[in-house]
Amino acid sequence: MMTNPTGRITQGQFSFLPDLTDEEITAQIGYGLQKGYAWSVEYTDDPHPRNTYWEMFGMPMFDLQDAAGVMMELDNCRKTFPGHYIRLMAFDSTRGVESIAMSFIVNRPAHEPGFGLVRQEAEGRNIRYTVHSYATDKPEAQRY
Amino acid sequence: MNALVDAGLQADATQITDAKKRYSAGVLKYRQMGYWVPDYVPKDTDTICLFRITPQEGVDPVEAGAAVAGESSTATWTVVWTDRLTACENYRAKCYRVEPVPGRPGEFFAWVAYDIILFEEGSIANITASLIGNVFSFKPLKAARLEDIRVPVALVKTFKGPPTGLIVERERLDKFGRPLLGATTKPKLGLSARNYGRVIYEGLKGGLDFMKDDENINSQPFMHWRDRFLYVMDGVNKASAMTGEVKGSYLNVTAGTMEAIYERAEFAKSLGSVIIMIDLIVGWPCIQSLSEWCRRNDMILHLHRAGHGTYTRQKNHGVSFRVIAKWLRLAGVDHMHTGTAVGKLEGDPMTVQGYYNICREAVNQVDLPRGIYFEQDWCDLKKVMPVASGGIHAGQMHQLLHLFGDDVVLQFGGGTIGHPAGIQAGGVANRVALECMVKARNEGKDIVNEGPEILRKAAQFCTPLKQALDTWGDISFNYTSTDTSDYAVTPAMA
Repeated sequence: MMTNPTGRITQGQFSFLPDLTDEEITAQIGYGLQKGYAWSVEYTDDPHPRNTYWEMFGMPMFDLQDAAGVMMELDNCRKTFPGHYIRLMAFDSTRGVESIAMSFIVNRPAHEPGFGLVRQEAEGRNIRYTVHSYATDKPEAQRY
Repeated sequence: MNALVDAGLQADATQITDAKKRYSAGVLKYRQMGYWVPDYVPKDTDTICLFRITPQEGVDPVEAGAAVAGESSTATWTVVWTDRLTACENYRAKCYRVEPVPGRPGEFFAWVAYDIILFEEGSIANITASLIGNVFSFKPLKAARLEDIRVPVALVKTFKGPPTGLIVERERLDKFGRPLLGATTKPKLGLSARNYGRVIYEGLKGGLDFMKDDENINSQPFMHWRDRFLYVMDGVNKASAMTGEVKGSYLNVTAGTMEAIYERAEFAKSLGSVIIMIDLIVGWPCIQSLSEWCRRNDMILHLHRAGHGTYTRQKNHGVSFRVIAKWLRLAGVDHMHTGTAVGKLEGDPMTVQGYYNICREAVNQVDLPRGIYFEQDWCDLKKVMPVASGGIHAGQMHQLLHLFGDDVVLQFGGGTIGHPAGIQAGGVANRVALECMVKARNEGKDIVNEGPEILRKAAQFCTPLKQALDTWGDISFNYTSTDTSDYAVTPAMA
C-alpha cells in the first residue's frame, strides 16, 4: 500500500480522480479521435517512473475511427493481464508535436506496493538516489 | 487620418538625393537623411519593428519616426562625411509608415525596417543594442515603446532556441494531456535549507509536478545555495518514490558571476535535477550561455522574468513583453513566465494569450486584439512552455484551462502552501481540480460556465479541494490592466 494521498501510483492524466468507468474512458477516447490522435494500449508490471517503454498490446490503432474498437483492445488486454498496469496513450503526428498527447492509467493491480528510495552516501554531503520498485524484486509475471 | 501625420506626410522635407547637398556639413532632418522612405517595401530578410512613439510638442510624427529609425541604426545628430565611405543606404533603418494610435492622442505607430546586415548572427545582445540601445532616451520623444518585432526567417535560423522544448520536456517528465502543476516555495526568504526542503517534499508528494525557487533566492546568509540544492533534491527524490512520478524543482542558479552560475548548474546536474532556473535580470549573453550549457547537459531551463515590469508594463514607454518573449524563445529558454490574466499581477487576458501564442505556435499570424502585429514564422524552433504564476488558486481552474489550454505550467504558490490543512492538502486540491477540469473539457462540457459546479462536485469526494474552495473561492483580482490591446476592449476576467 502506498501512503501518498491517493494510496497509489499517480502517473497519467487522471490518477487523482476515482477510477474512470468504461463509459468515461470511451468519452476520453472519443476526444482523442476527434483531435486526430491514434490510440495505443500499453501494459507493464514495472511502473518505475522512468520505465519509458511499457509493453505494446498491439500497435497504435492509426486507422481506427471508433472508440468501441479501442475499448475492445483494452478489454482484451485487461483479460490477458488483469493484474498489470494498463494505460491508454494517444499519439499526435502533427508537425512540431509528433509525440504523446494523452496518457492515463485504466487498470491497476489490486495491491500497489510502490517504491523505496535507496540512498547511497557519496562524497561530502552528496547522496545518490535510486528509486526502487518493491514489485520488481520478484520475477516477471509474479509481481502483482 | 490625423492632422499631425497629414502635415508630416505633406511636408517637403523628404530624402535629399543630391549627394553633394546631402553630405555638406551641418544638421539635417532625419527624414532628409534617408530614414523616412514611405514607398519602401520591406524585404523578407528585413527585421521589422513597430514602435509606439510620443513626440514632444511640435515635433512632426513622421520626423520622429525617421529619428527612431536613425537613432536605432546609423545616425548621429549631424551629417558625417564618413558615411560616404560605406554603402550607407544599407545600414540606414527605414521608417516606412506612421499612423496615429487609435484612441491615444499624441501617440503614433511607426514601422521601421532593418536590413539583415545590421545584426550579428545568434546574438540577442547585438539585436537589442541596436533596437533599444539609444533611441529610448532620445530627447525629441517624450516616450517610446517597442510594441512588436518581426524577425526574418534568415535571422531566426541563426538561433538554436529552447534547449529542450515543451514536447521533449513532457516526454522526459512522462506527463501528457494536461497542464503541469507547480508552486513557488514560500516564504521566499528566511527558511533554512532543511525547512525549505520540507516544503518541496510536501508539495510534490501532494500531487504537484514541480516546486520552484523564487527569483531572489540565491545564496543569502540564511541559506547557502549548496544546502538548498541538497535538501531540495532529497525532497524531490523522496516524493518521486512516494508517488511513482518524475518530479522536479527549479533550482535557481542565478549568481553574481557567470563562473558561479556554471558552478551551481553543475552541482544541480550532479544531484540529478531535471531542471534549473535563471532570472531575466542576468542579461541576454548569460541566458544564451546557460542555454548552451543546458543543451549539453540534458537540462530544462526555467526563466523567471524578474524585473520585466520595469520596462514592459507602461503602455507608452519601454518594450512590450511580447517582444521580450520573442527574444527569449530565440535565446533559448524552456519555460518563461507569461502571466495569468486572472491572478495578482498585471495582464489583460487577450494580451497575455498573445504571449502564450508566441511561446507555443509554429507560426504566429497577425492578431491585433492579442497584440500580434506581424506574422512570425518560427522555422520549427522548439516551443517554450509558458508559466502562469502569481495569485492563482484552484477555484479558477476552469478559467485557466480555458484561457491557456494544456501546454502551460500553472503555479499555485500561496494557493498550495497556504492551504488550511497543509501543503500536501494544497497539492491534492490543485491536482484534483486540474484533473477533473481536463476530464470535463474532454467530455465536451462547457467548462467556462459549468466550471464552478464541476469543482464543487469534485470537492464532494475530495475534502482538500472543498477546503480550498471554501478559503479562496471568492478571491479575484479585478483591476484594470495598464497594458491592453489598442484594437479591442477586454475587461479583466472575474
